[in-house]
Amino acid sequence: MPGTVQSIERAAAILRMLAGGRGRLGLSEIARSLDLAKGTTHGILRTLQGVGFVEQDRGSGQYQLGAALLHLGTSYLDINELRSRSINWADPLAARSGEAVRIGTVLEGQALVVHHVFRPDDTFQTLDVGALLPLHATALGKVLIAYRAGPVPADLPAYTRKTLTAPRELAAALDQVREHGWAADVEEFTLGQAAVAAPIRGYGGLVIGAIGVSGQVERICDSHYHPHPHLVTSVRDAARAISRDLGAARR
Amino acid sequence: MTESYVVAIDQGTTSTRCIVFDRRGQLVSLAQQEHKQHFPKPGWVEHDAMEIWRNVERLAPRVLRRAGITIDQVAAVGIANQRETTVIWDRVTGIPVGHAIIWQDTRTDALVHSLGALPGAAAVSDISGLPLATYFSGPRLRWMLDHTPGLQQRAERGEVLCGTMETWLIWNMTRGSHVTDVTNASRTMLLDVHELDWSAEALDFFGIPRAMLPEVRASIGAFGTASEAFPGVRIGAALGDQQAALFGQTCFTSGEAKCTYGTGSFLLLNTGTELVKPGHGLIGTVAYQVAGESACYALEGSIAMTGSLVQWFRDQLELISSAPEIETLARTVADNGGCYIVPAFSGLYAPHWRSEARGVIVGLTSYITKGHLARAVLEATAWQTREVVDAMNATSGLALKTLKVDGGMTADNLLMQMIADVLDVPVVRPLAVETVSLGAAYAAGLAVGYWPDLDGLRRNWHIAGQWMPAMDPALRDTEYANWQRAVQRTFDWIQPA
Repeated sequence: MPGTVQSIERAAAILRMLAGGRGRLGLSEIARSLDLAKGTTHGILRTLQGVGFVEQDRGSGQYQLGAALLHLGTSYLDINELRSRSINWADPLAARSGEAVRIGTVLEGQALVVHHVFRPDDTFQTLDVGALLPLHATALGKVLIAYRAGPVPADLPAYTRKTLTAPRELAAALDQVREHGWAADVEEFTLGQAAVAAPIRGYGGLVIGAIGVSGQVERICDSHYHPHPHLVTSVRDAARAISRDLGAARR
Repeated sequence: MTESYVVAIDQGTTSTRCIVFDRRGQLVSLAQQEHKQHFPKPGWVEHDAMEIWRNVERLAPRVLRRAGITIDQVAAVGIANQRETTVIWDRVTGIPVGHAIIWQDTRTDALVHSLGALPGAAAVSDISGLPLATYFSGPRLRWMLDHTPGLQQRAERGEVLCGTMETWLIWNMTRGSHVTDVTNASRTMLLDVHELDWSAEALDFFGIPRAMLPEVRASIGAFGTASEAFPGVRIGAALGDQQAALFGQTCFTSGEAKCTYGTGSFLLLNTGTELVKPGHGLIGTVAYQVAGESACYALEGSIAMTGSLVQWFRDQLELISSAPEIETLARTVADNGGCYIVPAFSGLYAPHWRSEARGVIVGLTSYITKGHLARAVLEATAWQTREVVDAMNATSGLALKTLKVDGGMTADNLLMQMIADVLDVPVVRPLAVETVSLGAAYAAGLAVGYWPDLDGLRRNWHIAGQWMPAMDPALRDTEYANWQRAVQRTFDWIQPA
């Protein structure tokens, strides 16, 4: 077994203490109970505060468990906050690519569209924020499942002849997504349509959403049905810019 | 040839941002720094002008670095700023004599009341196009001169200078050029809005020495070359933030309107080269002026609190931890449950202009949850927009057909749908929500020939999102009537001392 990381053990001890205590605790109290230097304790608390696991009361300066910790199992980032933080980068992506942009996150086994920017040609289009897309048949969805723990979904309905319906096929495609850092769907959900998507990462690099462009297959892809490299670059740049704003480390 | 860019400085109420734009008007990089809000007494709101200037100095290299460009790739810089916020500083040392008093500050309430009783008050309103109110810079300057010992004498001797934020920034960037633009000057009550220069009559009325005032220039033209922050770059334009947003939305012709949803919200309707006689609580203001051309005017309806009501909900009530979560909370319920919030925290602006009004929450019952309150917070913004649009339609004789929107709150889908519902017209978001900065960039780029003309800018405008009205007309009427009854209940709360 490889060695353990001491600061993580200490952080866990602090969280246990806060969870087991009678509400808020002061810095000295925590340091004393765990027999740690105040400076060390403060550093760990600040880090935990930064990721939202611990909150500091404004008045008393005491610490308590943070809201992010309580919602660990459900949603990592509020979807409306994700839209709000992405909007400045989704617009330039639509302008540069000339295609519609969507941002998605996982909701109950499907990809929920949380933001949609129209294709910038001033034709009539309808907002589809709130729409649900299949994870295995769309670029957004493939990004979202590629970075999730757990097995590949077993039930893979076909939308077109190109939809990946065999779990082994999908698993191989997801390996590719993880290797290259982006996903595509070429007529896998809708005939004549293609899409490219890349992951949006939050604190610690955790994937919390996906951003992508979609449009007619002849505009998105070259004659070999491969997405144009400049589109892939634009999508990945936008994803990285949002991730940076959300606190993901540069990579 | 290396690509060149235009930089906008957006000196706002809560933060200062520098943004790099490319030739298509798309955002390339952004750097932002918040500054401290000082609340020394109820109704008082101040900023440290020096802190704001230091932020600009810090943001300039940061935004260029993020864009991966060098200063010689910047064709021009444009400024958009919070309007009516006023600061006085020492001409020699450059140090402010006190904090800047910001547009939300109501300390001049009593002063405005007594000024309103003087002969000449009506004439000053006609000259400036503005109602006498705490909102504008003139009364604020009078207050500062009255409450700082010896300041009046120093102002008369020309030892201290005053200005709104663009004047302060340009003075610092150019090391001593003391200038303002017509849009900002049109918010002081000191400008003759027809002649576009300081009015001797208005200066006399407020007792403001001309020696402390900046020179008035066209918004789009020449403000000198920066030696600080963006050394060597031409300052091509300065505009009040709302006028900048109108420009950024490419509302260049008469009849085009936009509403910017930020801390407060501001609906501006371009009225062309003619200043429409304002009524229904609307303001006549300069939209922009290109150097050497006649000015373009606008009708404006200002709403004091929209985004700031959400901030209050977050920071003071602590019912949400970030502003966008208001939508999440509001969606936990289907309607407002009969609850209405009228955010007259520092009085009401258009169309009421009631400085003595204070906020109310009405319709509280045991049934009401925080979800209903969140919904009422968002609805307050929608209904306040409706009131201003009704006033615009009545004053201009036109019926608004679509509303172009921008600002941070356009990220709130529920709110945008509510606005479409209560106005019964489509709400359209352009492919650039940062229209304040974009307008400043457009204006500066136009001044230096980076963009050839207005049509070139118009081609950059595209629809990014659209919300269609889908509310039952009977329900709309009932809800509007309820809202108006709630508004009535805010009136006459503060009583004259």
